[in-house]
Amino acid sequence: MALLEVSDLHVEFAVQGGSVQAVRGASFSVNEGETLAIVGESGCGKTVSVQSVMGLIQTPPGRITRGTAKLRGQDILGGVAAGGREIRGTDIAMIFQDPMSSLNPTMTVGAQIAEPLIVHRGYSHRQAMRRAQELLEMTLIPDAASRINEYPFEFSGGMLQRSMIAMAIACEPSVLIADEPTTALDVTIQSQILDLMVDLQRTNNMAIVLITHDLGVVARMANDVAVMYAGEVVERGTVDDIFYRSAHPYTLGLKSAMPTNRQGAVQKLTPIEGAPPDLFDPPPGCGYYTRCPYAMEVCEATPPIVFDVDRAHQSRCWLHHKDCLQQVTQIYRP
Amino acid sequence: MNKPLIDIRNLSKHFDRGRHKIHAVDDVSLSIEAGEIVGLVGESGSGKSTLGRTLLGLDRKTAGEIFYKGSKLPAVYRAKDFRRYARSMQMIFQDPYSSLNPRMTAGEIIGEALRLHSDLSKANIANRTEEWLVKVGLNIDHLGRYPHEFSGGQRQRIGIARALILEPDFVVCDEPISALDVSVQAQIVDLLGELKRSLGLTLLFIAHDLSMVRYVSDRMAVMYLGSLVEIGRSDRVFFDPKHPYTELLIGSNPEPDPSRERSRQKMHSIGEIPSQLDIPAGCRFANRCPHAMAVCHDVNPALRMVSHEDDERLVACHLYE
Repeated sequence: MALLEVSDLHVEFAVQGGSVQAVRGASFSVNEGETLAIVGESGCGKTVSVQSVMGLIQTPPGRITRGTAKLRGQDILGGVAAGGREIRGTDIAMIFQDPMSSLNPTMTVGAQIAEPLIVHRGYSHRQAMRRAQELLEMTLIPDAASRINEYPFEFSGGMLQRSMIAMAIACEPSVLIADEPTTALDVTIQSQILDLMVDLQRTNNMAIVLITHDLGVVARMANDVAVMYAGEVVERGTVDDIFYRSAHPYTLGLKSAMPTNRQGAVQKLTPIEGAPPDLFDPPPGCGYYTRCPYAMEVCEATPPIVFDVDRAHQSRCWLHHKDCLQQVTQIYRP
Repeated sequence: MNKPLIDIRNLSKHFDRGRHKIHAVDDVSLSIEAGEIVGLVGESGSGKSTLGRTLLGLDRKTAGEIFYKGSKLPAVYRAKDFRRYARSMQMIFQDPYSSLNPRMTAGEIIGEALRLHSDLSKANIANRTEEWLVKVGLNIDHLGRYPHEFSGGQRQRIGIARALILEPDFVVCDEPISALDVSVQAQIVDLLGELKRSLGLTLLFIAHDLSMVRYVSDRMAVMYLGSLVEIGRSDRVFFDPKHPYTELLIGSNPEPDPSRERSRQKMHSIGEIPSQLDIPAGCRFANRCPHAMAVCHDVNPALRMVSHEDDERLVACHLYE
């Protein structure tokens, strides 16, 4: 059984004149000690999906209309009533994209790292501060003893993200959700942060759910991948399935739209034309229909179901239907 | 050798911050041949945007000289200088959200340069505007719409049409794709490549995405804390970096290929980028460099040619002296 398993999640936001269907069927899972990457473009619903799991969706306007999120078999979507408060921040923790705006500018970094320990673990202030210093040392912040008394503005971007990680792992969570943790950082600092996350994962046997739009980061970090498009998970599989045996046309499109660096190879980027659909008025059929080079008649009006491509590899695309083998062969065995 | 279209000699740009000076660009020399695309890479705060802006007179340079087709550009731009050079040199900005006037329609934004810098009739300007709208992949219906009605990619197309409608020779593209989604980035890069070929443009392409810079540009210039540390043919620099900073930068760049990532050697990336207020005396990279020697902390190395053949690599590092 997976440690965290999200099934058929639907989330919508009330807006003037209707609602935006931000997540329209997201299923993903992550095992102990492993990393799941959720990849997709802005507006595809990846952040809303994990915010729902963390209970961070403001209701109203947001509303989880369907689905479950099970941690060790127990549904945690129901909010405080379902014991969510005890789980969030302790058993599941989250770090955010922009550490500067996610930390409280009026509290010292040490006090912010100590807070979850005082709230959730009943530490005394002094114990919590001592632990905060250890955590900063673990996240490789130089001179941690004096740094715990400094304020966020005195830290660089990379150090702030390390402090966020220190705060998130304070209660030794079994799942760490990282929402674009390195997008705001420079590439050399990104590398340090990703290495740090891997080291901490090995030490604590923690599961990581990593949200990113960068396929390079996915290739580096993930065991499993869920590709999201227009509010749906369109393809799931191991990282090798997704990169070397891509099944969904959107995944193929993403791969050919970004440069890879093979010495001597001449590459021609192929952009995905058009833009994602407006989720205020989602299309009746496949969300990728208007941009898909393989679109068929059926795709326009009938939403595709999820097909098993392989044992642990699924794709939400009509091309995998048994009556469609011709096209699948053409595309996937060139 | 051809005469370069743009020749930058010992350019510096310092900003005064009270008692301190920020050395945003320090003694940079770079020449750009007509028709070439030079990619300028570096981390945030390395001075790459300031270099681009100073090049076009948007920021006043502190020292140095810039030559365009062999003639020296003014030290201080006055209104008539901007009018004169706007037809030759233009800029495409990073943020398609804040670089378009929200109170002007797409048509007004694109046509404005012609109204200011040409004596075409209104009807001619309208024609040219429509022509450019189509050239950048938008359509006539978009003429009367305001920036907020467009997606990021479409806004960047408007920014490109605005910059290119005067048919300049030289365009500084300041992170033109960083704010866009992956699938849209390729659209914009394609469009720029097409326009570059059809108009014979010369581009300075500023970006922090190394793979994209390698894909787009002929030569790559690497900037660190206001100085150029390495210049050479893009592929050569990427696959055979000479400067330890370039090596770190390229070694940190994640590849969209799991098996290559699994075999990646862990980079020993240490330390933090020093503050621009307190630039180290010697090599600026010395505090993070795995190969730092005594001399590196005292003497700032100059750019020098380290390989000829078809590369002409320039590197600023004591290891190559």
